[in-house]
Amino acid sequence: MVKVDKPVLIAFCCSAALILGGSFFFPNFLSIQYLLQQLHIASFLGLVAAGAMVVILLGQIDLSVPWTLTAAAIASTAIANYAKGVTAEILAIVVGLLVGVIVGLLNGFGAAFVRVHSMIWTLAMNFVVLGACVFYTGGFQPPGEPLQVMRFLGVGRSILNIPNAIFVWLGVSIIMIFFLRRTKYGRYIYAIGNSEKATYLSGVKTRPILFLAFVIAGVCNAIAGMMLAGYAKQAYQAMGEPYLMPAIASVVLGGTKIQGGSGTYIGTVAGTIFVTLIGSILSVMQMPEAGRQVIYGVVIVIMLLTYGRQERVHA
Amino acid sequence: MNMSFGLFARQNYRVLIALCILLVTFVAFFSLHPRHLSVYTLTIWANQGTCLAFVSMSQAMVVLTAGIDLSVGPILALSNSLASEVVNGSPSHVAFGIFLVMLAGLACGFINGLVVVIGRIQPIVTTLATGTVYTGVALFIRPTTGGQISEGLSDALTSNLYGIPTSLLLVAGTILLIWVPFRRTNLGRGIYAVGSSEGAAYMSGLDVNRSKMAAYTLAGLLASFGGLFIGLQTLTGDAMTGPSYTLISIASVVLGGTSLSGGIGGALEAIIGAFTLRTINSMMFFAGAPPLAQPLFEGLILMAALSLGGLRLIGMRNRLDLWQ
Repeated sequence: MVKVDKPVLIAFCCSAALILGGSFFFPNFLSIQYLLQQLHIASFLGLVAAGAMVVILLGQIDLSVPWTLTAAAIASTAIANYAKGVTAEILAIVVGLLVGVIVGLLNGFGAAFVRVHSMIWTLAMNFVVLGACVFYTGGFQPPGEPLQVMRFLGVGRSILNIPNAIFVWLGVSIIMIFFLRRTKYGRYIYAIGNSEKATYLSGVKTRPILFLAFVIAGVCNAIAGMMLAGYAKQAYQAMGEPYLMPAIASVVLGGTKIQGGSGTYIGTVAGTIFVTLIGSILSVMQMPEAGRQVIYGVVIVIMLLTYGRQERVHA
Repeated sequence: MNMSFGLFARQNYRVLIALCILLVTFVAFFSLHPRHLSVYTLTIWANQGTCLAFVSMSQAMVVLTAGIDLSVGPILALSNSLASEVVNGSPSHVAFGIFLVMLAGLACGFINGLVVVIGRIQPIVTTLATGTVYTGVALFIRPTTGGQISEGLSDALTSNLYGIPTSLLLVAGTILLIWVPFRRTNLGRGIYAVGSSEGAAYMSGLDVNRSKMAAYTLAGLLASFGGLFIGLQTLTGDAMTGPSYTLISIASVVLGGTSLSGGIGGALEAIIGAFTLRTINSMMFFAGAPPLAQPLFEGLILMAALSLGGLRLIGMRNRLDLWQ
C-alpha cells in the first residue's frame, strides 16, 4: 500500500496540468524532447534542493548555496590549468567535492558548536566563500575550463539520448531516499528536526548528525556546481545565485515543513519539477521578467495556502 | 529616578555591548581616516550607514516576533523604483511622492502580514514569495536603472544641519517619533510577547494577530524609508538594489544584539548593528586591505563576531541549556 501525501499529489498534478495546459498553445510541450530538456534543467535545481532538504529537515537552513556551488565550479575548472589527462579528471572531481565537504563541515561547526542560528552562520559562510572566490579569480572570469568528466555529466547523453545529468539526479535521489528512510542517521535527522533536545536525551549524539547533514548539502551543491560548469562550458561568478531561493521553494512546495522534522523526498522532486516548469513556461510565453517574478511569487503563495498552512495558535 | 545603574546595565546590557563595539570601530575608523573626523567626513560616514539602518530596523520588527522578512530588500527596491518616478518636481509634488512611496511600503508590509497572519504560512516562505512579487513590480515600474529624484531634497537630506549629519537626524527622528511611541503601546509590547512565546501571549489575552500585523506593516514602512534614502543618495531608481540588503540586514540585526528567536532586541540595536557593519566595511578600505581581499575579510569579521556569541556556551553547566 503506497501512501501518497497531499502536497506531493498536488505538486505533481499541478506540473501535469502545466504541461497539458501549455500544450494547447505550444504543441511541442508534449514531445519527449521538450520533457527531457525540462528534466535536464530540473536536475541541477534538484541536486541543490536535495541538499537543502536535508538541512531543512533538521530545522536549519543553508544560505551558503550560491557560493558553495560557484566555488566548487571554479575550483574544479581551475584544475585544467595545473594537470592533464586522467589525473586532471579525477583531481577535478575530488577538488570540487572537497570544496563542498569543507564548506559543509564549517557550516556544521556553526550549527553544532557555535550554536549560532544557521540562517546567519551560513550567510556569513556564503560571504567568506564569495570573498575567497573573488580573491582567487581577481573578480574576473575564472581561469580554466571544464574537464571532460564535467562536460560528460553536465551535457553528455549516453543512454537512449537521455542527458546524463538526469541519471545523476536519479542516482542522488535513490541514495537520498534510502538514506532518509532506511538508515538510522536519516531517521535521526527527522528526530532532530522535531526536537533536538528530545533526540539528545534519547541517547543520540546529535552533533555528528548536524555535521553530516551540512556536509551532504555541501556535496550536493558541489556536484550541481561542477555539472553546471560543464553545462555552461565555463565557471562564472555568481553562477549559484539563481539556485538558492528556487531550491527552498521546491523543498517547501514539496510539503517539507520549513520548521523541520517532516517531509518526503519525493515531494522535493515534485516541487523541483513544478518550479522548473513554471519558469520554463513563462519564458516560452515570452513573459517579461517583471511579470514572471510576480506570477512566480503569486503561484507559490497560492500553492502554500492550499496545503502549507500552520496550526492555529491555541493553548 | 530610583533605578540604580546596575539594574539599568543588567536590563540593557545587549545595547551597551553593541554600543561599545560601535564606539570602538568608530574611533578606529576615524583614526585611520586620512582626513580625520570633521563634519564633512562624519556626514559621509552617516550617509553610508543610513539606508542599512532603516532596512535593519525594518528587519528587526519582524525578527522580534520570531519571524524573518526576506522581502525587505525587494520592498526597498520597489520603493526606490517608485521614488524615481514620483519624488520630483515642485515641493508639493515631492511631498506627495514621498507620501506615495511610504504608502507603497506600508501596503507591501500589510500584504506580508495578511499572508502570515490570516494565511498562516511560515514567515520565511511567505516573504520569500511576496519578495519575488515585489521585485516583479519594481521591475515593472523601472525595467532599467534611471528615473529622477528631486536634487533639492537630496542636497538637503544628505548634508548636515548645524554640524549634525541630516541622515542621523532622520534616523533619530524615526526612533523618537515612530519606534519609541509604538513600543509603549499594547501593540508594540505585544510584538515582544509574541516573539517570546506566542502561545503564552495568546493565553494572556493579547491580540496576537494584531501585533503581528503591526510588526509586518511597520517593517514595510521602514523598508520604504531605506528605499527613499538610497534614492536620495544615487538620484536614480534601480529595481535590482534589493537582494544584497535583505541578507545584510539580518546580519546587522544580529550584530546589534537582537535575537533571531524573537522577543529580545529592538530598533535601536538594529541601527547600532547597521552602523557597526558599515564602519567595518569602510575601515577595510582605509586600512589598506587589498580591494580584492575585502569581501573575504568582511565575511571573516562577520563570522568572528558571530563566534563571540558562541562564548556563552563555555560557561554553560548543563548541556540541556543548549536548547533553551
